[in-house]
Amino acid sequence: MTKLIQTVVDGLGVGSTYALLALGISLIFGVMHLVNFAHGELITVGAYTSYFFFLHGGSWWWMPIAIIGAAVLASVAMEFVAFRWVRNASPFTLLLTSFAIERLSHALWQIFVSPKQRAFPKPSWVFNQFEIAGVSFEVMDIVTIGVTIATLAITALVFKRTMFGISVRAAAEDFDAARLMGTRANRVISGAFAFAGFLAGVAACLILMRTPAAEPSMGTDWLLKAVIAAVIGGLGSFTGAIVGGVVLGLLETLTRAYLPEVATGWDKFSTAVVFLVIAVFFVVRPDGIFKVSHAERV
Amino acid sequence: MLEVDGITTRYGAITALHGASLEVRAGELVALVGPTGAGKTTLLNTVAGLLRPATGSVRLDGEDVTGMEPATLVRKGLALVPEHRRIFKDLTVEENLRLGGTTASAADRKHRLEEAAEVFPVLRAKWNTSAGFLSGGEAQQLAVARALMSDPRLLLLDEPTMGLAPTLVDVVFDLLVRLREQGRTMLVVEQNATRILQLADRGYLLRTGNMVASGTGAELAADTSLFDTFIGGETSGSNS
Repeated sequence: MTKLIQTVVDGLGVGSTYALLALGISLIFGVMHLVNFAHGELITVGAYTSYFFFLHGGSWWWMPIAIIGAAVLASVAMEFVAFRWVRNASPFTLLLTSFAIERLSHALWQIFVSPKQRAFPKPSWVFNQFEIAGVSFEVMDIVTIGVTIATLAITALVFKRTMFGISVRAAAEDFDAARLMGTRANRVISGAFAFAGFLAGVAACLILMRTPAAEPSMGTDWLLKAVIAAVIGGLGSFTGAIVGGVVLGLLETLTRAYLPEVATGWDKFSTAVVFLVIAVFFVVRPDGIFKVSHAERV
Repeated sequence: MLEVDGITTRYGAITALHGASLEVRAGELVALVGPTGAGKTTLLNTVAGLLRPATGSVRLDGEDVTGMEPATLVRKGLALVPEHRRIFKDLTVEENLRLGGTTASAADRKHRLEEAAEVFPVLRAKWNTSAGFLSGGEAQQLAVARALMSDPRLLLLDEPTMGLAPTLVDVVFDLLVRLREQGRTMLVVEQNATRILQLADRGYLLRTGNMVASGTGAELAADTSLFDTFIGGETSGSNS
């Protein structure tokens, strides 16, 4: 029982990080019909930002602000420099553009910093343990879940209450109709990228507190998981992205914890099991958990 | 107020409008009629900035606004109630209306929201409902109310009675009468040609992308030969 509770808390921690990333991917898909494969690079940007600041006497007290700020800037810049010029091109062109940015980002970090991993200090409290009713938890697990809930609450508030949020949801449903209301396409898309950057920045903070290191291609694994989470939930659905992220996180930690240990290294097989489950899921429900009816290009 | 001068609009290789012109003066209700596929929607969409004409010009209050963004045109006082209404189904009635007031100040938006709730009791009853759950008539009222949230000087309406039951068609026509009494300038595309021409100050007849006739609403409505020639069976249907 203790093991199960710990595993579930673990899974929620990993899953909520996936959820934050998947939400950003779903958001961009909503307004641009683009699955942004460069979204994971925002984590890398956050990581190198921390590395740079720690070289010059950084502190975790203010590092999250620097990481989130850098991710927002990078996300907006990505749209402005690359996606804006191909906005009306086919979805395939958009997809290729996002791959190009991802590869370019890897190459630039390799050339201008180093192909090797660069580590920096972690916050001292991260792996501190505490006990509730005989079950021990890591501080970071609770921080991760708490921060994610707070971030999702902010997200809900922005998209339910502000004119910007309502415009983004409207543009996701019918972009031309939103333009007829006076919504400026550039503003809504830039804003969506900025918000996706904010979400990726929060995710990056959570990831980097646990594993404080920067590596050129570190964003790719996270990106892949986030895309899967978004697709499981139903691309374009906000609720779906969150549910998809949590489901994927739980699936991963549970298989890792409970798959029989027949040989050393067998635990690596858990990833394969996860993908197998996902493959079967898509046969049963190809549109994800929350189907978005207007997810075609208008 | 609005001068459309010789616009040609193409969809790829297909030309939907061949140098069409029309004019709407301040305070007028102008009807644009014609058979299906004549280019009526294309004309409204071109005026509203959704489509860019290959040639010709659109002027609003004397200013050349050809090819401007829809969002810019809304700020210049133009609003379009598009074909098929295109209300945002995932948004609530209130959110749809708020979005219609994107260009207004927060205070004006709040004031107009209250106004809309008064003028459209049907919508007030479903204020926090997803617009996807509205009936056709309610959705149409929402589409008009949403366009009015920007307090447009010129309101374009594309087939406001499409798909509505006869009693609801009356509701929409009553609404048009009310808007005209308020002095709202309107350009209306309507399948129910006879009825809209009776109401309109002036009308234009569009056929296969060409403007083939114009005149006062009464003149056009009275010219039965014109209708037989250009609209044929459609008028007999809409007369009933």
